[in-house]
Amino acid sequence: MSNVLTRLKPVAFVVCLVPAALLAWNFWGVTHDRPEALGADPVREAEIFTGLWTLRFLAITLAVTPVRELFGVGVLAKYRRTLGLFTFFYACIHLSMWIGVDWFFDWRAMGGEIVKHKYILIGMTTFVLLVPLALTSTKASVRRLGGARWARLHRLIYIAAITGTVHYLWAVKKDTLFPLVYLFVFVVLLGFRLWERYVGPVRLLARRQASRRRATSLGRAATTNTGPIGDAK
Amino acid sequence: MWIKRPDDVKSSEITDEKLYISRRRFLAAAGILGASGAGLLACNTDARGSGSADGEVAAAGQEPEKPNTYEQITSYNNFYEFGTDKEDPKQNSAGFHPQPWTVHVEGLCKKPGDYHFEDLIKPHKIVDRTYRLRCVEAWSMVIPWEGIPLAEMIKRFEPQPSAKFVAFTTVLRPDEMPGQRRPILPWPYVEGLRMDEATNDLTLMATGLYGKPLPNQDGAPIRLIVPWKYGFKGIKSIVKIAFVDKQPATTWNIAAPDEYGFYANVNPEVDHPRWSQATERRIGEFRRRQTLMFNGYGDKVASMYAGMDLRKNY
Repeated sequence: MSNVLTRLKPVAFVVCLVPAALLAWNFWGVTHDRPEALGADPVREAEIFTGLWTLRFLAITLAVTPVRELFGVGVLAKYRRTLGLFTFFYACIHLSMWIGVDWFFDWRAMGGEIVKHKYILIGMTTFVLLVPLALTSTKASVRRLGGARWARLHRLIYIAAITGTVHYLWAVKKDTLFPLVYLFVFVVLLGFRLWERYVGPVRLLARRQASRRRATSLGRAATTNTGPIGDAK
Repeated sequence: MWIKRPDDVKSSEITDEKLYISRRRFLAAAGILGASGAGLLACNTDARGSGSADGEVAAAGQEPEKPNTYEQITSYNNFYEFGTDKEDPKQNSAGFHPQPWTVHVEGLCKKPGDYHFEDLIKPHKIVDRTYRLRCVEAWSMVIPWEGIPLAEMIKRFEPQPSAKFVAFTTVLRPDEMPGQRRPILPWPYVEGLRMDEATNDLTLMATGLYGKPLPNQDGAPIRLIVPWKYGFKGIKSIVKIAFVDKQPATTWNIAAPDEYGFYANVNPEVDHPRWSQATERRIGEFRRRQTLMFNGYGDKVASMYAGMDLRKNY
């Protein structure tokens, strides 16, 4: 299982690129032979599309740890950095759409937007929160910062999840159903961590550990005469 | 002007002519050519006077008023009765029956009653009106409507002098309008105009676009068009017209009073909490253009708001 998952990493990488490729293909279509490829307002469509994929990747990234612990798929940890970087990747496209296409580098107007509209401000905040996480995603950074400090810094993703969803919620005019669905997903994902921290480790994990312990002790009992080797296992 | 141009003519001058011709065509269509000779001159001067980079933005309001395509006008709609996504109205409105249709007229008028759609429009000449439509969400279109000036229709109902406002109501059919099954807005949708706004020359009861009957997603069979106001004032699929003496409560104003006012005049200087209103994106274009005061119809409507604080009465 873990072997397969390790080998599937390049495939997962390509799969993560599919939304971006789809967007590029449709954008090319809009400017060439398929004017309706992104609907009547391609700019808006592209912004919504990349914004939603940012949130989705953020949710998938945050789901890695719970899934790993609930189902005991430790190897998934290897995916976390890639998924996190894809979150940042889609956030970058989202922001560049806004800067380069929506406002066409009109910095003054954009400054006004950030100051005047709270959903833009909180969207910007979310992006700013993601930047240090992307910058310190390398193994070298973990070493440099030290595991504990690195982990503390990367808790920023929890805040980004909430601000990002509020950005979506505030951008919507009236029908808040979908933003609330995203909010629910993030509340569950963050709730898992709170629960783990304050209530204790996941029950499944606890049970598995208990059974492993039982197995080990049984094994030890069976192999007492082989000496300390059983303990080293 | 129609003579073939020499090759060394500056591109800016060519643009000017294009502007001129298209604006003429547009104004003629809108039936306001006669009034705006002076305005034409002014706008050409504006376009020539500005630099090329800024000029694109500065002259944006006067660029050729090419109507949007039928596809655009019928696939990108805000009609929450059929769903909140722009594509929803087209997708979810196939089961809507715009015929037979009756409009109930009531209130402070001498000829109240139920008017069948045919009887409502038969006495009138259908006119063509190509108008800019500016949505409060900062996008816009140019739409070749056809319909009846509301002023003419209202005359038939003989409103009393005490009638100060006109209130309109959209049909309530949750079985045909899936959006009405969720309480996104207080259904049915209600809109209103002051009497002078309702009887302004520009105000139109649209019954078609591009020479065809109104498609369901655009408000079949009859809807309001108030081109100098944000699009949400243009109530769709109207079943009730009421003449009243007090300002009616209107749907978006009830739902979010700090965001949507009763007047909702297009005003680049007064921002919506969610969207800046200084610029807009014309559907089919990538670059934003400047939004015009009263959506460019100030010469016909600004006098109605003389002395009013448009920041307060947004």
